[in-house]
Amino acid sequence: MSVQAPDRPLPGRPDHRRAAPAGESGLPRLLPPTASMATAEPRQLTNFAEHVRRHGLPRFRGAALIAQAGAAGLTGRGGAAFPTARKLAAVAAGGRPAVMVGNAAEGEPASSKDAALLWFAPHLVLDGLQIAAEAVGARQVYLYLPAHRDQAGPDLAGHLTDALASRAAAGTDRAAVDLVEAPPRFLAGEETAVVAAINGRAARPGNHGRRVFERGVAGRPTLVQNVETLAHLAVIARHGAGWFRGVGTSDEPGSALCTVRDPDGDVRVVETAIGTPLDRLVWLGDDVQAVLAGGYHGGWLATDIARQLSLSNADLRPAGSMLGAGVLVALPAAYCGLAESAHVARFLALESAGQCGPCFNGLPAIATALAAVARPRPARAELANLRRWAGLVTGRGGCHHPDGTIRFVATALEVFAGELAEHDRGRCTATKRDRFLPVPAAAGPAAAATETGWR
Amino acid sequence: MSQQTMRLRVNPIACSGHGSCAELLPEVITLDEWGYPLLAGDGAVPVGLAREARRVVTDCPALALALTADPASSAHAADSEGIQKKHRGPVEPGLAR
Amino acid sequence: MGITSSTALWYASRATGVVALVLLTVVVLLGILVNRRGRLPGLPRFATTSLHRSMSLLAVAFIAVHVATAIADPYVTIGIAAAIIPFTSAYEPLWLGLGAISFDVIIALIVTSLARARIGRRTWRAVHWLAYACWPVALAHSLGSSTDLRSGWLLTLTICCTAAVGAAACWRIVSSMAARREAERPARALSIGPAADGPPADRRSGDRALTGAGAR
Repeated sequence: MSVQAPDRPLPGRPDHRRAAPAGESGLPRLLPPTASMATAEPRQLTNFAEHVRRHGLPRFRGAALIAQAGAAGLTGRGGAAFPTARKLAAVAAGGRPAVMVGNAAEGEPASSKDAALLWFAPHLVLDGLQIAAEAVGARQVYLYLPAHRDQAGPDLAGHLTDALASRAAAGTDRAAVDLVEAPPRFLAGEETAVVAAINGRAARPGNHGRRVFERGVAGRPTLVQNVETLAHLAVIARHGAGWFRGVGTSDEPGSALCTVRDPDGDVRVVETAIGTPLDRLVWLGDDVQAVLAGGYHGGWLATDIARQLSLSNADLRPAGSMLGAGVLVALPAAYCGLAESAHVARFLALESAGQCGPCFNGLPAIATALAAVARPRPARAELANLRRWAGLVTGRGGCHHPDGTIRFVATALEVFAGELAEHDRGRCTATKRDRFLPVPAAAGPAAAATETGWR
Repeated sequence: MSQQTMRLRVNPIACSGHGSCAELLPEVITLDEWGYPLLAGDGAVPVGLAREARRVVTDCPALALALTADPASSAHAADSEGIQKKHRGPVEPGLAR
Repeated sequence: MGITSSTALWYASRATGVVALVLLTVVVLLGILVNRRGRLPGLPRFATTSLHRSMSLLAVAFIAVHVATAIADPYVTIGIAAAIIPFTSAYEPLWLGLGAISFDVIIALIVTSLARARIGRRTWRAVHWLAYACWPVALAHSLGSSTDLRSGWLLTLTICCTAAVGAAACWRIVSSMAARREAERPARALSIGPAADGPPADRRSGDRALTGAGAR
C-alpha cells in the first residue's frame, strides 16, 4: 500500500485554501471536510467503520432508492448527464440478473475528479455500487479503474482493495466487486467501450443499437455509472431527494465535482453546487484569455462571456460549451490558444478508435489543418478545409468522439478569432512556447486495436 | 408500410467504404472524399425507389445499411446488430451549423 | 462400343463436376475481391458482389446436376443420402464424403447469405469463413473421385485454379494486415510529423499536476 507523505500532495487534490465557495450549505457532500484532506491518512480513508461513523448507513434501498434518485433529479456525472433514475429503472426492468459497473476510467486528460473521489471517499463509491446493484438486481459488480502507471500518481487499485477488505470484515456487502483495468485511452470510458473491455475485447465503442442496458456484459442488462454518480446515489440513499436538491438549480440540482486548472497551472478538484458562477471557481482575471469548459469534447469560452456564466448546462450549452465531466481550464494570455487547440486536436485524432471512416480519416485531416492554422502564417485554404471537414465528420461516427472534437475545434476557431487574424498577418501574440493543456503522448489507434481480428 | 417514409441508416462501425451503395442508389447515397456514404435528406427514400433501397441493404458486403419504416424508431429493423442513433448533442456553434 | 445411358450419366457427372470446380474457383476469387473492395475493370463496384452471388448460384446448379447424375448412374452405388451425409456412400466413401462435406458447406453458405439480414453480420461472417475450407475440400474430392484431373489439359486447368486460389488467399491475408494499418494511416502521419512546439507531455493526468509543482 502506498503511503502519501503529507508534503507530497496528490495530483489534483482538493486545495483546502481555495475550496468551493465558502458558506454553501451542505457542502462538501462527497469529499471529506476540506481542512481534513491535507492530513488524511490513506488508512483512515479506507476504514469502513470510520466511514459509517461519519455518514451512517443507507436508508433507501431497492425501488425506494430509484424513486428517491428520480425525485432528486440526479443525472450522470460522467459527461452525458443522463437521468440516473431512468437508467436504473431500465436495467431493473430487464427481467434477468443484471451486471453493475462503476466507471472510473476518466479518459479525459484534464480531469482528475474521479481519481480524487476514489482516493478521498472510496466507501461512498463502494456504497453506491452496492445499492445500485441491489436496486437493479445485479449480483456481479465491476469497478473499472485506470491502472497505476505513474509513480507520482495514486495507486487507486491498491487503495480500493484496502477499502474492500475493510468492508469485507464488516460483512455488509452482498456482491463481490471485481476490479478491472481500464486502458489509458481517451475513449476507454465510453459506455460501450467499458462493456467491451469487461467482456474481454478491446476497449472500443460498439454499436449503439445494442444498448447496454439490454445486453451488455456477458449479454446481461448492464448498468454503467460514473463513480461520482454512484457517490451521489450513496448520499441520496441516506438523506433523501429533498436534501439533494438543497443546492444547485431546479433544473440541474445537486453538487458536482470539478477539476479546475488555474492560469498558474495549479490543479484543484472542487466540489461545488451546480449553478455556481464560474468566476468563483476559476481565476478569470485579465491574464486569462479564454476558458475551456467540459474537457476536450467541450467548448472554449471567451473570458468576458465566461465571467457572466455559471457552472450549468443551462448557461454553458447556449454558449457552445457544456458541463460535461466538470473540467474548467483557464488559459493564460501568454499562450497561443490555437497552438494549444491544435495540440489537443492532434491527440483527439490519435485517440480515434479507428473504426469509422469519417472519424479516422477526418480527425487527422482536421488536426493537420489546425496545426497549419496555428502557425504564424496565412492559412486560408486550411481554414476552408476545416469548415468543410467539420460538416463532413459530425454525426457520422459510431460514438460521439468526432462530434465532441468538432465542438472543441469550432469553438477554438471562434474564441481565438483574434489570434487567427494575427497569424494571418504572420504574427503570434503568445510569449510562451511550451504547452499549457495536459496532453499525454498518445499511442495512436494501433494501441486500441489490441484484438487481432481479421478485417 | 407503403404510406410511411422509408429511411436508410448507415452503421458507421460496420461500414468499410465499399461504395456499391452509392452506385445502386445515387439519388440518396453519395460518397464523401474518403469513400464513405453520405445520406441525402437524412436517408429518406423517395417513393418510387423502395425496391432499389431494399437491394442496397441486401447487397452491402458489410451489411452496414438498414431500412427503417418509422423515422423516429431506433432502427432494429433489418440488422439485428443495430444502427447508430443520430447524435443529439448540443448545437455546434460556428463551423458545423 | 455404344454409348449406354450409364456412360452418358457418368460423363455428365464428370463434366459438370469439372465445371462446378471452375465455377467455385471463380466464386472464391470474386469473394476475395469483394472483401478487399476491389473492382473488375470496366464494371461498377456492385457488379463484383452481384457476380459473386450469381456465380455461386450457378455453381450450385452445376453441383446439383453433378450429384443427381452420379446418383442416377446405375454403374456406381451412391445413395441420395450420401450426397449430404459424408462418408456414407458405398462407392469411394472417402472421396465422395469430402464432396458431401463441401456440398453441405456450400448449402450453409448460400442459406446464411440469403438470410443475412435476419441472422446478423457476425453469425453470417462466422459461417462464411468456412468458404476457405470448402474449396480445398472440393478440390480433394475432385482429385480423389476420378482420375480425370490427374492428366492432360484438365490437370493444367486444376493447377491454374489452385494457383489462382492460392495467390488470391495470400493476397487477402497480406492485404488484411495492411488494411488494419490503413485505418491508422491518417493518424500515423500525425504521429510521425512534428507534434507542435514544446516538450512532450508524457504522463496520463497531465504534466504539472503530477510533479506537485502547483500544489503548495
